[in-house]
Amino acid sequence: MATVTAPAPTRSVPAPGNRRRLGPPDRVGWLFILPNLVGVALFTFVPLVSVVVLAFTDWNLVSGLGGIEFIGADNFTNVLADPLFWGSVGRTVVYAGVSVPLTVLFGMALALALDRDVPGRGALRAVFFMPYIVSTVAIGMTWLMLMNPSAGLVNQVLGAFGLTDLPAWFASSYWALPALIVIAIWSGVGYAAVIYLSALQDAPTDLYEAAEMDGAGPWRRFRTITWPSLLPTTVFLMVTLFIGTSQGFGLVALLTAGGPGDATTVLSFYMYQTGFQFYRFGYAAAIGMVTFVGVLALTLAMWRAQRGKALND
Amino acid sequence: MTDATLTRVSDGTRRSNLTPRQRRSRRNRWLWGIPLWLLALAFLAPFAWMVSTSLKSNLDAFSIPMQWIPDPAQWDSYVEVLTGENSILPAFANSVIVAVARVLGEVLTATMAGYAFARLHFRGRDKVFLAYLATSIIPAQLLLVPRFIYFQQLSLYDTLWALILPGMFTVLGTFLMRQFFVAQPAAFAEAARIDGANEWQIFWRLYLPMATPVISALGILAFVWSWNDYETPLVLISSPEVYTLPLSLTGFADEQGALSPNLSMAASVVSIIPVLIVFLLLQKRFVQALTHTGIK
Repeated sequence: MATVTAPAPTRSVPAPGNRRRLGPPDRVGWLFILPNLVGVALFTFVPLVSVVVLAFTDWNLVSGLGGIEFIGADNFTNVLADPLFWGSVGRTVVYAGVSVPLTVLFGMALALALDRDVPGRGALRAVFFMPYIVSTVAIGMTWLMLMNPSAGLVNQVLGAFGLTDLPAWFASSYWALPALIVIAIWSGVGYAAVIYLSALQDAPTDLYEAAEMDGAGPWRRFRTITWPSLLPTTVFLMVTLFIGTSQGFGLVALLTAGGPGDATTVLSFYMYQTGFQFYRFGYAAAIGMVTFVGVLALTLAMWRAQRGKALND
Repeated sequence: MTDATLTRVSDGTRRSNLTPRQRRSRRNRWLWGIPLWLLALAFLAPFAWMVSTSLKSNLDAFSIPMQWIPDPAQWDSYVEVLTGENSILPAFANSVIVAVARVLGEVLTATMAGYAFARLHFRGRDKVFLAYLATSIIPAQLLLVPRFIYFQQLSLYDTLWALILPGMFTVLGTFLMRQFFVAQPAAFAEAARIDGANEWQIFWRLYLPMATPVISALGILAFVWSWNDYETPLVLISSPEVYTLPLSLTGFADEQGALSPNLSMAASVVSIIPVLIVFLLLQKRFVQALTHTGIK
């Protein structure tokens, strides 16, 4: 880092013999960003350009770099005509569309409950947050056994309530996706609650008092004060969780490998499979790009909807 | 983003003068407390099951009804996963190496770059920053394909470098640091410049000490991301010697070839201890880190 200490413009105490040579401020700035920039360029910019190029090629690993064949937009037309792709889109919409709003909703309820003066507040917050920080693999393996169809704890508890015909969870093409949704909600609720809790610190306390004096009940206070003041946080959580849920394939890879059949083949897993199990890199890149454009469009739509609603902010 | 708001965020008792609403809620604290604690127990159940199963024999793991407290508790599974044939200790060491390298690299490069983007003026700065902004919305998963290919060509595939290098230079960390430095007053730097300090000294002696809370927040996040990362090693690592913890956890099979409950749960418990320690010790910073990566 010694190069960074190039003399900067000095005014009152010019270094001897250095009087007129002003260190170019441009160089200093570039030196500061250089370590990061080189790495980002190598490991993010270059791969990014390559993935775009790759999407227009037909290439599998076996044929080596020489085997790259440009095929124009064929990958994209194939993706758009691919029933497996659209099936994965549908499952992703169900997976994210159910788990994200429920995570946000439960997170908000939990935050409102934790915002009160309850005994052991800090400990409670830590407990609800724990699933979020623990590794997907440890969590996944635990749930795999908890949801074991014959002897898992979940079915034992359900059975104790007198339920029969218990679901086979990950072994059932009907119940596998709901089971993943349950786990996603369980691990995300604490995160949502923590973000909401910090937003609640900025809630307009004086408004609550005024509303209470005016005789507004709890529901009315929630609807007219809490809900609007939390709206930006709600949108933020929806967007980040939606992006996260539509990308993560760890839980799926670990618990169901997309199955049974293709019952849990969500987009991110379909792309993973195409690229890293079948080594169809060009096609995987095209799936990734189409997905990205779709997610981006939805994200922008969510932001825009929020801006429309939050005009009074 | 000031320190004052930071402490306020996670401070439990924020209003000392009680309003009527709060006095009532104080009376009701157990009315809310009991259902919340019951719910918390349900949330904890999977972790309790994890620990309980790790102390049982495989035969007892699925006994009906479930026995929460193993009797007698046996520690064989821990001995096996730590010292046995498939010991997770090498993977544990790999995870430590990767996490330490990533945290140090990311904190160092992101802090310098974030500072420059926020506080220094130089030609081309805004263009580069725009490029950073544009990449920040690209899903990491999309980058796995080209990274896989490059690391194969560079013979870095199936080495720890494949996990370390991309993690050392991140756009997200740079944003986090820039956000912090943008909010700091420029007057200090001007005064120091007049006093003859060079840019490096201004950064190192003046602004860096102010940034300690954000730097530790970034460090914690980087550690947890690195420690829990399953998808990157799943794609970029293939040899068991190079496995990090998340990969090594899935390898414990019983005689029938199915996942061995007690061994995989013992390994899971060992693997989550470091994150849990970091979390419990630095809970406040952790929560700040998360809210920082948000809209604030």
